[in-house]
Amino acid sequence: MISAETVAHGIMLLGAILGVVTYLTWVERKFAGRLQSRVGPYLVGRPHGWLQPIADALKLFIKEDITPSKSDGFLFNLAPVWVVIASLIGFAFLPLTASWVLVNIDLGLLYFSATGSLIVIGIFMAGWASNNKYALLSALRSAAQVVAYEIPLLLSLLVPAVLASSLNFLDIARAQEGYWFILFPVVGQVSFLTFLLAALAEGNRIPFDLSEAESELVAGFSVEYSGMKFAYFYLAEYVHLLAISLLVSILFFGGPLGPFFPGGVWIAIKTIMVFLGVLWIRWSFLRVRIDQLMMLNWKVLTPLTLANLLLAGLWVSLKM
Amino acid sequence: MEERVIEREFGELALNMGPQHPSTHGVFRMELHLRGETVVRVIPHIGYLHRGVEKLSETLDYDMLPPIYERDDYLSPTANSFAFVLAVEKLAGIEVPKRASYLRVMVAELQRVASHLVWLGTFGLDLGGALGGGSTLFLYCFRERERILDLMEALTGTRFHTNMNQVGGVRYDVYSGFDQDISQTVSYLKERIGEYKVMLENNPVFLERTKGVGVVSKELAKEVGASGPVLRGSGVVYDIRKNKPYSDYSDFEFRIPVGNDGDAYDRYRVRIEEMFESLSIINQAAGGLPEGPIHSRKPVKSPLLLKPPKGEAYAQVESPRGELGIFIVSDGSSKPYRVKVRSPSFSNIALIPYILPGHLVADAVAILGSLDPVFGDVDR
Repeated sequence: MISAETVAHGIMLLGAILGVVTYLTWVERKFAGRLQSRVGPYLVGRPHGWLQPIADALKLFIKEDITPSKSDGFLFNLAPVWVVIASLIGFAFLPLTASWVLVNIDLGLLYFSATGSLIVIGIFMAGWASNNKYALLSALRSAAQVVAYEIPLLLSLLVPAVLASSLNFLDIARAQEGYWFILFPVVGQVSFLTFLLAALAEGNRIPFDLSEAESELVAGFSVEYSGMKFAYFYLAEYVHLLAISLLVSILFFGGPLGPFFPGGVWIAIKTIMVFLGVLWIRWSFLRVRIDQLMMLNWKVLTPLTLANLLLAGLWVSLKM
Repeated sequence: MEERVIEREFGELALNMGPQHPSTHGVFRMELHLRGETVVRVIPHIGYLHRGVEKLSETLDYDMLPPIYERDDYLSPTANSFAFVLAVEKLAGIEVPKRASYLRVMVAELQRVASHLVWLGTFGLDLGGALGGGSTLFLYCFRERERILDLMEALTGTRFHTNMNQVGGVRYDVYSGFDQDISQTVSYLKERIGEYKVMLENNPVFLERTKGVGVVSKELAKEVGASGPVLRGSGVVYDIRKNKPYSDYSDFEFRIPVGNDGDAYDRYRVRIEEMFESLSIINQAAGGLPEGPIHSRKPVKSPLLLKPPKGEAYAQVESPRGELGIFIVSDGSSKPYRVKVRSPSFSNIALIPYILPGHLVADAVAILGSLDPVFGDVDR
């Protein structure tokens, strides 16, 4: 039975995530601005436009909410909600300090990946229900892409699990007491890089943001959405990105481990660093094409992650 | 309202790309027939930006027209007025002082660099999107272009539509200290463009997206009348500046970069090399600027009535996009009887139905971008 305490914690966690994500958009805009020799948001809330995210949210909130007359109304309205919920669930299993996690179960990693892959259903729903050709193409692309990239994603996620001999995030974090898994020779680095690539592809980030692809498909699956419903997709994207950053910091960078500060602070620092790394990739790369994307997955990433997992398994079994 | 249904084969998806689309470089509509994501047929529709410049010319005096023509190809205004004044000068038999020719060349080459920078930036947008690495390239290119516009402002008082060219000469002479400004700008641009060259040519994603994409064979390029970087990218050595020199271009030393394969990458290479050549021409022109008047007539602030004799004349220049020709028929009055513009973008986008089929939607955008069409120039 779920206790009242868990519910209260869940609500607090939800509020915290939404607050953080709101300001991550500001971080991204400032970061991108600096990268492109601009200043980024500046005028709304001095200094440095700190009110900009609030203004953005307010703008989206008061915009007209449109449901196209030829769309499938029910699915059209369900899709954004679905996407947001699917991306938020994952946080329940991710630890935020050395010992605190909302739902501490032994299969945390498995649950996290399972809920993460629900997002694509919402995206496909949006693309299909919009009754728009660009949205449809984008939905098809993202379905193909996510289904394909789930494989290397999971295979590379399994390496830390194998090394720690556990699927529980807290155990995985604790197992990195001696050295972080990113420092693990060959296996750790390969697993990290393949995970990063697969996560970028699975989360529709540049260079793999084919389903959004605004230079080809205008805005992809979200082309018919406006106002708050559009904001939900945006929100889901950032929540997912934050979850991925948090995951990377726990699985590869020792999560809460670190000197001087308590575990929560270290997790936060590492997560922000990973997040900025992903932003750096986003604002410096061009987009690949769908056939190149698939080629990369089936011919490079999948065999590579399989071999890598095998190596990790060998190492662990030899050690025992 | 009558609904027009696009005719298509069974199993095809007809997708209207444009006229409002982020990557059609203005208002252009491509009717794409897709199988899955592969383009099987494409029908381009133009005319959304038709402003009737040619007809308008029949109602205005010759001296009023160069500024109008600058609005034609809105990424390289000077090239248009350049062609126009050359045609009128041919018609009226006006000799242009050498200093004026050099100044014209200098401004035209500066704008060629500016135009190619805009192309490079927007090509980045086509490949990378406005919310990613593409926009970074775009903003970098615009930052460099700004230096050229600043120089133009110092020289002519206008940033972009300079109104430099007039029938008989140029409107503005260089100011004191111009030499220093221009050599600074040129060396700055050389360094920066060199950086982007290294950055792009070592970028695996950029190479993947451009190599072997949108191959234009020599024969096809000649057949549709393509010109400029598109033609040279296919390996044809043809540049009006060398082949039919005008305005003292024969005084300058420069190479004509050509490609081999005729793909998007070769067109990129040609343009980026051309920028370096243009910068060298600018240096030569600024260094060897001859003394003398800048106008064969008195510099005009208000239109003088110029009445060329009855007849016709055709003048062509190498605009950043290719061969830009202007044909004028005069009936002896102060207004042209008829003007026809041979615009490079129009001929270049005629390649689209031949080279798009077989490519993916993403490539359609890249190929259109690599042709560098300006729809003000296509539709006039």
